[in-house]
Amino acid sequence: MTALATESNPFRVAIIGSGPSGFYAAEALLRRPHVHVDMLDRLPTPFGLVRGGVAPDHPKIKQVCLVYDRIARTSGFTFLGNVTVGKHVSMAQLRAAYHAVVIACGASGDRQLGIAGEELPGSHTATEFVGWYNGHPDYQDRLFDFSHDTAVVIGQGNVAADVARILATPVDCLRTTDICEAAIEALARSRIRDIHIIGRRGPAQAKFTSVELRELGKLRDCVALCDATDLHLNPTSAEELADIHADESRKNLETFRAFVASANLPMSAGRRLHFRFLETPTRINGLSRVVSVMLAKNALVGDKFKQAAVPGPLSVELPCGLVFRSVGSKGVGLPEVALDEKSGTIPNIKGRCMERDTPVRGLYVTGWIKRGPTGLIGTNRADSVETVASIIEDMARLDQEPRPGASALRATLAADGTRVISYKDWEAIDSCERRRGEPRGKPREKLTRVTDMIAALDQPGYE
Amino acid sequence: MTIVVTDNCRLCRFTECISVCPVACFHGDDSMVYIDNDVCIDCMACIPVCPVKAIVAAEDLTEEQQHWVAENAEKSRQLPVISEKQTPLPTAEARRAELGY
Repeated sequence: MTALATESNPFRVAIIGSGPSGFYAAEALLRRPHVHVDMLDRLPTPFGLVRGGVAPDHPKIKQVCLVYDRIARTSGFTFLGNVTVGKHVSMAQLRAAYHAVVIACGASGDRQLGIAGEELPGSHTATEFVGWYNGHPDYQDRLFDFSHDTAVVIGQGNVAADVARILATPVDCLRTTDICEAAIEALARSRIRDIHIIGRRGPAQAKFTSVELRELGKLRDCVALCDATDLHLNPTSAEELADIHADESRKNLETFRAFVASANLPMSAGRRLHFRFLETPTRINGLSRVVSVMLAKNALVGDKFKQAAVPGPLSVELPCGLVFRSVGSKGVGLPEVALDEKSGTIPNIKGRCMERDTPVRGLYVTGWIKRGPTGLIGTNRADSVETVASIIEDMARLDQEPRPGASALRATLAADGTRVISYKDWEAIDSCERRRGEPRGKPREKLTRVTDMIAALDQPGYE
Repeated sequence: MTIVVTDNCRLCRFTECISVCPVACFHGDDSMVYIDNDVCIDCMACIPVCPVKAIVAAEDLTEEQQHWVAENAEKSRQLPVISEKQTPLPTAEARRAELGY
C-alpha cells in the first residue's frame, strides 16, 4: 500500500463551509505536499460572513477576500458551491469519500430572548436584517417596516453597532457601498428618527470595540446620546474599569461621556442614537405588530468581571415600531454530528470532534462552531492552525487507503440535478456582480437569489 | 484608520499578533515587528492579543507615539513578511514584567 499524502495517494480533506475559518484551515493544509482540499458551501458564493455579515460601509475589512482568493488558487484546492451537507450529500458519504472532514459551518442560529412578543411582526433578529441588507439569499423575502419613527436594538456588541449604524446612516452615504439595491430602496423611505440601543448591563460592560463605538458618534446628520446618570458606575464596575486590561472599556466610557455632552448640541433634523443601560426587555407588546417594548430596570450584582444584571421592580415602556434582537448567534451544527445545545458548539479537543468523550476518527471542527461566536476575522486563523495541527498529528492513525474525494460525490449530485458551483463559476458570478455595480458607482451589485446566480452562468459567452 | 506597532514590542517577540493576522501584514527584524498598512484591513484582531499592548490604533496614539506611524510604514517596506508565530526572545518575560503586564 502507498503511504498517505504521496503522489499516488493524496491526503483528501473536505472542509464544510467557505468562511474565514474554512479558508484558514485550507491554507494550513495546503502548505503540505500532496494534500487535496475540497471546500463545500451551501451557497454558490464563498467567503461566509465576510460577504454576508461584514457591513457594506466597512469595505476595507472585505479586502481579506484577496487572501482567500489566493488560497483558492493554490493547487490542490477545489470549491464545491451550492452543495448542502445533509441535503445533497450526507455526512456519512462525505466521511467515506475523504480521509478527514473539517466542519467550518459557523454559527447560523440565533439566541432567543425567551420573552412574550418576540415573534411579533416588526421584531427581527439582527442576523435577518444583516443578511437582508448584505444580499444573503436566505433573507431576501424578509420585510422591514421603517414607517415608525422609533427602532430598538437589543444588545451592545459589534453586530448591534452595525445594525444601529445602518439604520442611522443617511442612505446617500450607503449608495456607493455594496449594500444590495432592495435595502437601499427600503432604507431610502425610512422614517426612523430615534434608535435606542439597549444593554442589560452598564456602560463599563458594553461589548462594542472602541473604534466601532466612536464611529457611531461620527455619522452624518446623526447625534449619539447618552444619559449622564447612566454613567455613574457602581464600585465594582469602577474597579473593573481600573483593571490594567480594561483599555477598551475605558475608551468606551470616554466615548459615552462625549455622547452625554452632545445632548447640548443644537438638534438637527437628523437621527438620534440613544445608548441605554441596565435594562432587560421583558415583553414585546402589540397585537398584530410591535408597538412597544417593556424594559425592566436592572441592578448589577456579583464579583468583578462577573456582574450579572438583575431586574428590579421598576420597568418602563418604550414605544417603537421595530425591534432588532442582537443577543448573539449560536451554532446549529450538522446532521449526524454531536452538538452541545447550550453553547451551540461541537464538543472538541483542539479541533478533534468528540462524541461521548472519544475523538471521532477523521472528523474535525474549526471557527465559530468550534469555539462559539467570538473573536474577529483573524481569530479564526489561529483557531484553524490549531485544528490543522491536530489533523497532521493524527495523520498516521487515519485510514491510509486512497479515498476518492469529490468524484464519489459528483454522481450523487448529478443524479438529483444539483448544479455544483466551481471556483471558476464563482469568478463569473463575481464579475457579473461587479459589472452590475458599475453604473451605480458601487463595487458590486450582489446577486441575491441562487437562481439568479446560476442563470448568470447560463448566459451566452460563459462556458 | 491606521494600526501601528509601538515601542513595547521591542525585546519581546511574543508574536501573538502574527498568529491572528488574517492578511499577513506583519514585517519584522530581530528586534520588533511592524504593520504594513497598505495590506492591513483594520480588523484589529491583533490589538487585544498582544501581551504587552504594543499595538495601537493611530487615533489612540499619544503625541510622543505619533512617529510610529511613519516608522511602521517605512520598516514594513524594508523588512520581510513574518507570517508564522515566532519563538519569544529570551528577554520577553523580563520585558513584559518591566512593562507591568
